[in-house]
Formats: sequence, C-alpha cells, structure tokens
Amino acid sequence: MPCAYTERFMAESTNIVRVSNVYKTFKLGKVEVKALQGINLEIARGNYISIMGPSGSGKSTLFNMIGGLDKPSSGKVFIDEVDIAQLDAYELAWLRCRKIGYIFQTFNIIQVMTALENITLPMIFAGMNNDAATEKGLQLLELVGLGDRYSHKPFELSGGQQQRVAIARALANDPAIILADEPTGNLDLTTGEEIIALLKRLSQERNVTVISATHDFKMLNVSDQVVWIRDGTVDKIEDREELSISIGKIDTRH
Amino acid sequence: MADQDVPMMGKEEPASVNRQIVLPFAKSVEISLKSIKVRFFRSLITTMTLVLAVSFLSFVRISNDVANGLLATQDRQLRQAVVRAGYDIGPEDTNVGASPKQRWIIILSLMVCVVGIVNAQLMAVTERFREIGTMKCLGALDRFILRLFILEAGMQGLAGAGVGALAGSLFALMGALLRYGLVSLTAVSWLAVMGSFAIAVAVGCLLSLVGVLYPAIVAARMQPVEAMRVEQ
Repeated sequence: MPCAYTERFMAESTNIVRVSNVYKTFKLGKVEVKALQGINLEIARGNYISIMGPSGSGKSTLFNMIGGLDKPSSGKVFIDEVDIAQLDAYELAWLRCRKIGYIFQTFNIIQVMTALENITLPMIFAGMNNDAATEKGLQLLELVGLGDRYSHKPFELSGGQQQRVAIARALANDPAIILADEPTGNLDLTTGEEIIALLKRLSQERNVTVISATHDFKMLNVSDQVVWIRDGTVDKIEDREELSISIGKIDTRH
Repeated sequence: MADQDVPMMGKEEPASVNRQIVLPFAKSVEISLKSIKVRFFRSLITTMTLVLAVSFLSFVRISNDVANGLLATQDRQLRQAVVRAGYDIGPEDTNVGASPKQRWIIILSLMVCVVGIVNAQLMAVTERFREIGTMKCLGALDRFILRLFILEAGMQGLAGAGVGALAGSLFALMGALLRYGLVSLTAVSWLAVMGSFAIAVAVGCLLSLVGVLYPAIVAARMQPVEAMRVEQ
C-alpha cells in the first residue's frame, strides 16, 4: 500500500535530510578543487536551518547537493531517507517539483509570466488543473501579502515583492523542504528582514523545513540551527540556545 | 510517458502511487506564445531571415509557373517575351523547369537562412538560461523545454513562411503583370501557383524546425543549477 509506505516515513524519519560523508571534487582544467571534504549532517523535519560560511567554503556546493541539483563525488545525500543519487531524471524532476521549493538570490521569477502564472506553473507541472491551481495561487499570494498584485509582471514588482512571489511559488506544491540560496542577498536591510520573518512564519505554520545558505547575520535570530562550513567541512553546528551566546561574542568582538 | 504512474522515491515503493509530472499541450502553446510576444523584436529578426529566404523561393517558383503558363498558350510572341525575360529555353521546350543555376541559388539562400536561424536561436537560449534553469528547478522535464522551443519555432516558422510565401508570390505575379501584361494571369495555372505557395510554406516551416533543433537540445540538457548562478 503506497499510503502505508509514505506514512511510515512521515511518522518515523525525523531527519528530512541526511548528508553522509560527502566529498565533492571539481576539475578546473588540470587543477582539482576539493569543494567538500567529508560532510556529515542531519537536518530535522520542520527546523529552520542556516548554512553559514565565507564564500568559497563549499557552502553553495553543499546546498546544491541537498537540493538534488548536483551529485556528490562520493558519499550520499538522503532526502526522506531516499538516496537521491539513485533517482533517474524523471524522479529528480518529481523531487524538485513536489518535495523541494527553491528560492534564489536573484529571485528568478520567469519574466514572461505574471506573478500568478509563476506560482501556478509548478502546480501545472504537478498535474493540477488550471482552476484549482489559480485558486491556490491566489491564496498563496494572499499569504505572502501580494493578494492584489497577481496580474503584475516581474518587472512591475520591487525586489522584495519578487522575492515574495518566489516564496509563494516555492510553497506551491506544499513541499517538505524550502531551499533558499542567499534569499536576502539582493535586498536592502528592511526588506531582507521582512522576507526572513515571512519565511520563518511560513515554516512554522506549514511545518516546512527551511534550509538557507547565507552570510546574512539577520538570519541567525530566527534559525533553529546554524551550520558553519569552513574549507569544505562542517566547522560546528550550533542550536538556538548556544547561538545567542555566540552572537553576543560576535557583537563584543566587533 | 508523461502520464504514466511512475514508482518514485526509492525503488521499493509500490508503483501504484499516482505521481506525475505533466505540462498539458494547451499550456505549452500558451507559454510559447507569451515568450514570442514578450521577445517580439527578437522573434521578428529571427523570423525575418526566414521571410526573406521563403519569399525568394516562392518568387522564383511562381515566376516559373507564370512562364510555363505563357509557354502553354503556344503563342509565339509570348514565347519571345519569356525568352527575353531571361529564361533559357530551346526551340522545342514546352516548359521552363528550374535551371541548375536557379536551384543552387535557392539552396544556398535556404542554407544561409538555416545558419541564421541557428545563430539567433542559440542566442535566445543563452539569454534564457536562467529561465530554463528555474523551470527545471520547478520540476520541468527535458522534454518540456524541448517542446516549448520547438513550438515557438514552429509558430515563428508558420508565420514567417506564410508572410514570405505571400510576399514572394505577390512580387512574382506583379512582375509578370508588368512584363507580359494581363495575359500572364489568365494563362498561368493557378493550381501550380498554389502548389508552389504550399511548397514554400512547408519548406519555411521545416527550415525553422531544423534551425531550432540543436539550440533546443542545448537548452533541454541544461542543468537546473544554472538558475542559481548569480552572474549574467
């Protein structure tokens, strides 16, 4: 029974993402670049995770692995206890469509479509009919506070509004995971804070695991867990409680 | 394929789960139309090479049809007029069929046109890397992307070839009218003209599709991670 199968995982696996001993080496000409050198990581369902690290630390590489956008040289990445290296192209597309919602630094709203069409597109891919998708799309726009802007084209929206559309789009198929790559990287301070607050609220309301790669310290306040990456390894993992102390340290250091 | 139930997420899962990735045909057409509309100027330029090549093809073919129609009247004066117009016909010939020279020029123009289309479409693909990557992140399969590009090219092809064939035949008929007078329009076999028109449109569509094939494959094979890149 399919349902029994899914429910078993829903009930049992508390780790939505498990990264096990992942190495990744890129070849740049004749030089080998070791981007990841043995990463082990477990991410609990429903948490808000920030992956922090300087640029070049392997943060984005790890992030792409978790998102099923790239495959490790060795080691395994499990999403819902399924090794994503074993999935074929079709299954990967399914994973991207239903399990994971992506949010990008550059928003990546599809330029030729209106806000609403952008949000309904993943639902169309998922096989939902047009009317149902439109209705849900409007609800999602309402949810992110853009209820009246459904017919706007991306260039008629501000950066913050575009990112809101992107968040609504990421939520379209009720994913288990939202992957946000520097979601505040192209936004000013206040707008960035609003986006972070929105993400946090939605992750709590909808029990979505949010994983974001960032070097925005505003993210730390809302994170349940912060993973620090340095030179392709996990430097340290801090939970929320320890975090306030280290933020204090950061503040005193500067 | 797209509508099959596919066992998903772990091979041990029963195949009965209804999980699918689809892009209905009507939706594909809608998206392609929008893409063309938004990038109208670029589409216009891509289509323009096609319009020119196809109008040349239809001009040459229909001019020949007219000449054939005049020869078929068995009128000596009209025959002289056709010879004066530059057609090489022997005393016994009853039709002008395309000469090798003519054929080569047409083939050359069509080849140049295909290369132009490939070039323009490759640029269009590069321009849209991020859009394609984003679509893939949203769950689009390779063949959705392929289908979108081919649909777009098909529409451009149909429009471009239609306009081109129309322009070419109008010029040919007007030229004939000026050169030979009204008799050219009565003598010509309209069936042959229609045939030439149809051939020109078909060739135009075919060229457009041939031209987009390689760029579309490049686009379809693109990795979704491209969407993440910040440069551009």
